[in-house]
Amino acid sequence: MISLKTIENTAAVLMKKAAVEIPNDYLSGLKAMAKVEDGDLSSFVLQAMLENYEVAKEDSRAMCGDTGCPRWYIKMGNESSIEGGPVALESALRRATASATSSIPLRPNRVHPLWRTDHDNNVGIGAPEIEYGFEPEGDWIDLITVHKGGLFGTDYRMLFPSDGIQGIKRFFLDSLVSFGKRGLACQPAIIGIGIGGSKDSCMVLGKRAACLRVVGDKNPDPKIAELEEEFKELGNSIGMGAMGFVGKSMVIDCNIEVGYCHTGGMQMSVHAFCLSSRRAVARIYDTGDVEYRTDPNWFTAYQRRETVEW
Amino acid sequence: MVSQKTLTKIQLNTCPTADELAELNIGDVVYLNGLVYTARESVYTGVLDGDLEIPSEFNISEGANFHCSPAANQHEDGSFSLGAVSATASFRFSKWIGRWLEKTKSKIVIGKGGMSTNDYAKHFVPNKTIYLTTVGYGTGALLGRGVKKVKSLYWKKELGLAQAMWVLEVKNFGPFLVECDIKGNSLFEREHKKISLKIDKIYEGTRPAILKRLGETDDRKDELI
Ligand code: SF4
Repeated sequence: MISLKTIENTAAVLMKKAAVEIPNDYLSGLKAMAKVEDGDLSSFVLQAMLENYEVAKEDSRAMCGDTGCPRWYIKMGNESSIEGGPVALESALRRATASATSSIPLRPNRVHPLWRTDHDNNVGIGAPEIEYGFEPEGDWIDLITVHKGGLFGTDYRMLFPSDGIQGIKRFFLDSLVSFGKRGLACQPAIIGIGIGGSKDSCMVLGKRAACLRVVGDKNPDPKIAELEEEFKELGNSIGMGAMGFVGKSMVIDCNIEVGYCHTGGMQMSVHAFCLSSRRAVARIYDTGDVEYRTDPNWFTAYQRRETVEW
Repeated sequence: MVSQKTLTKIQLNTCPTADELAELNIGDVVYLNGLVYTARESVYTGVLDGDLEIPSEFNISEGANFHCSPAANQHEDGSFSLGAVSATASFRFSKWIGRWLEKTKSKIVIGKGGMSTNDYAKHFVPNKTIYLTTVGYGTGALLGRGVKKVKSLYWKKELGLAQAMWVLEVKNFGPFLVECDIKGNSLFEREHKKISLKIDKIYEGTRPAILKRLGETDDRKDELI
C-alpha cells in the first residue's frame, strides 16, 4: 500500500521542481531554435530566456513570476492501492499545493471567478484540477503536476469534414497569429492540438497534447505524425518569433491527439504551453520507492484505446 | 549561431531626467535602478475611484509603475520572501492609465505586450512617460534577482497579495525593451507592420471555415488590442 505521507512529500517536491526547473526536452528544443533564429529582437529574447532558466535553478526561484495554475494528473496502475483511498489522495494533493504556494513561493493565482476571493494558496472551488487515468498493469501511481500559464493561446472551433486539412491549417494559423501578436502566448511554445471527440473532450485532448507530451515525440499514426511535423514548420514560417517580433521561433513542437467524433463534425482545439512549460512527474511504487522524471508518458496505447475490449 | 546586430544596453534610474528619456529608442535594452511599484486593476480602481489614498511616505512620481503581481509571500513576522516577478498584459489597463499617469507623474510604465498607439499618443506623450516591456515574457527569475528589497506592501488586506501594491527596491533590474519612446513610437507596431507585409503568403492554399463566427474578421493584418 502506498502511504499518504510518501504521496504528500513527493507532491511537495514536484511542485517545486515544476516551478523552478525547465524540463530538458523543452530546453533542448529552445536551444536548437536559438541557434537558427536570425531576427535580432527575437534572438535576444531567446537568449534572455536561456539565461533565465539558469538563474531560476541557481537561485532556486520560480522561473516565471506568473507561476500558472497548478493542476494534477494522476495515473494509477491497476493493482495499486493507496492508504485512505482516492479521497485521502486528493486531500494530500490539495495540502501540498497550498503549502508549496507559500514555501516556494508561487503566485496565489487562483481566485473565485466572480467575487475574486483569493485564499492565497492556489486552492479553491474545483482547484487544483485533479484528473485520472489508469493502466492495465502495475502497483505504482504516477503523480504529474502541470503549472500551465497563459490566459492567451487557446481556442476552440467546430469545423466540419468538408473544411478538411486546409480548414484545420487555417484555424491553426489563425490561432498562432492572433495569440502570437505582441507575444501574448509567450512563444515559442509547445502547441497541442485536439481534433475530434466532442467540445469538452476536444479541449481536454488538445491540452493534454500540449502539456503531457514532450518535445520530439510523435503520434503513433504516421500520417498524424507527418501533420505534426508539417504544422511545426508552418508555424515557424509565419515570419513571427518570440514576443511577436520578426523571426521564426513560434513552435517548439506540435503535438496532435485525436478522438472519434460525431460523423457530421470535426472539432478542433489549439493550446500553447508557454516559455515556462512547467511539468514534473514522479512514479511512486508500492514499496515506497520514488522515481522522478519529466516525461509524463501519458499517452500510452491504453490511453488512446481504439476498440471495445482491451 | 546566427550573427546578430547587437542591441544597445542602458542603465536607467526609475526617476530619469527628460534628457535621459529623450535618448532612448524603441528596441533599446534597459536595466532599471531605483523604485518600482506594482499597480494593476484593483489599485487603479481603489485609488482613482475608491477610497484608497497613495501613502504619503512614498513619493510615487519617483517610481516606475509595474503591471505585475509577484510570486511572493509575507511571513507572520512581517518579513517577505520574493521569488520571481513577471509582468501581466497591459492592454487591459487602458481605461485607467491616463488618469493614473496624470495623478502619479510616473515616468516609466513596465508591462507585458505594450498598449495601443492611441494610449501612447493620448496619455504617455503628454506626460513624457515611456513604456518598457518585459522580455520573454517569462524572465521572472532574472527580474527577481534584480529586486534588492521589498520596501513596503500596501493594501494586502483590502486587495489580497496578488493585487496589493508592492514597492520594490531594484538594482540592475531587467532586461526590458523600450516599446514606446518619448515620441509615442511603438516597437510592437513596427514589428507587426513588417510581419503583416508577408502574412498572406503563408495562408495560401488554406480555406476559411465553412461556418463563420459572429463578428469574425478575416483580415489578419488587424491589430487586436
Ligand atoms: S504564459 Fe507562461 S511564460 Fe508567459 S507569463 Fe504566463 S507563465 Fe510566464
